[in-house]
Amino acid sequence: MLKVRIIPTLLWKKVGLVKGVAFDSWRRVGPVAPAVKVYNTRDVDELILVDITATQERTVPDYESVHDFADDCFVPFTVGGGISAVEHIQSLLRAGADKISINSAAYTTPGLIEEAAKRFGAQCVVASIDARRFADGSYRCFSHSGSVATDVEPVGWARELESRGAGEILVTSIDRDGTMLGYDLALIEAVAQSVNVPVIASGGAGNYEDMRRAVQEAGASAVAAASIFHFTQQTPAEAKRYLAAAGVATRTNFVAGAR
Amino acid sequence: MIAIIDSGICNLGSVRRALAALGAEPVIVTQAQLLGRAERMILPGVGGFSQGMTHLRDGGWIDTIRREVLGHNKPLLGICLGMQLLATIGTEGGETAGLDLIRGDVVRLNELGCDARIPHVGWNDIRRSGNDNPLLESIPDGNDFYFVHSYALRPKDPAHEIAHATYGARFTAVVACGSVWGTQFHPEKSSKAGLTLLKNFLELNPC
Repeated sequence: MLKVRIIPTLLWKKVGLVKGVAFDSWRRVGPVAPAVKVYNTRDVDELILVDITATQERTVPDYESVHDFADDCFVPFTVGGGISAVEHIQSLLRAGADKISINSAAYTTPGLIEEAAKRFGAQCVVASIDARRFADGSYRCFSHSGSVATDVEPVGWARELESRGAGEILVTSIDRDGTMLGYDLALIEAVAQSVNVPVIASGGAGNYEDMRRAVQEAGASAVAAASIFHFTQQTPAEAKRYLAAAGVATRTNFVAGAR
Repeated sequence: MIAIIDSGICNLGSVRRALAALGAEPVIVTQAQLLGRAERMILPGVGGFSQGMTHLRDGGWIDTIRREVLGHNKPLLGICLGMQLLATIGTEGGETAGLDLIRGDVVRLNELGCDARIPHVGWNDIRRSGNDNPLLESIPDGNDFYFVHSYALRPKDPAHEIAHATYGARFTAVVACGSVWGTQFHPEKSSKAGLTLLKNFLELNPC
């Protein structure tokens, strides 16, 4: 049986890791490489690394750094930020990424998702959606780390991304990001119900119960979180124990032993 | 020398990194004749069966791998497509002869009765199919490994299946026959359990 994944998200800005609130007021939380190493030592399910300055500053992904981070990563490693061409994807995969995450470029060049899926397989193409909720309850997708409003809403856009070949959809609520007030369950559920590919819930996790709700109430296949792991004592391993106790199939951490 | 066979099928960085983390000195080998110097060989792979065999044939790998395994009893570990290529025959991209080190064929998961979404991607648990095998030493039954695949090897002799997994249907997850082993999952991406399995491979002796 496939397991629900708990995925620490690492936001990478220039030289180090940061974490903000609602895609703003970034706090430095340390260098990247040791964090990758620590999460691997703790036997996490997967890691997502997003370079949040690459697209905004119109630079290409930093392959050399990704190569260094991958040296200590023995779990699936998703890398996003600054990807706008198929060559970027090829170079990232070669540098040691197992999957790549595309966000801003998909709005202007949706064919990139198709091309990536065709050349490298849908399993390594994660399409990322950053969405904001308006007062009337409607949602809108934003590109460029939440700074540019697009003309599409998340459910329709998720369907479009799936039909173009995305293997997974990462849905982040900009409003909930960094607040630790819980995922935007309505957003996650709406997207999860409209596509057949796995949906990763992101933005707002403050405790393990939030993660359980994203899975059992909103239908997420995986939950991503950052602040909860950066700023509290809560850990991915404990999160999995909590979810398992609630009946969610999670991957138990490895303990060497006899059969 | 631990040889990682590079026939141009896929990126070998993850396998090399995992072996290096275990203290081994892996060498990515791009010429078949160098396999003679290897103590152990690893055949990774991602992609389609017929394309994978074309790469092996073009590089002159087929006879060399078979000679090192069958003639010199040299341990070989196939990973993902690398495991599938061990079979007698593959069906992906047209019927294609494989390395024929494990008798059997490679079929799409739906032909095994899987009605779930293909590819099968993610962490899934494996169970021993029969007797214990040194490749799985100190790995508890039901441990999760990381899978990314659409096809699976179907061994003719059930004794060659060491462990299986279930995704819509039961399929073979680990095979062993003489000095040949294969894992359908990616040990190099399966965290501590995967590193343990690779360490076992570095230490085991052909039976």
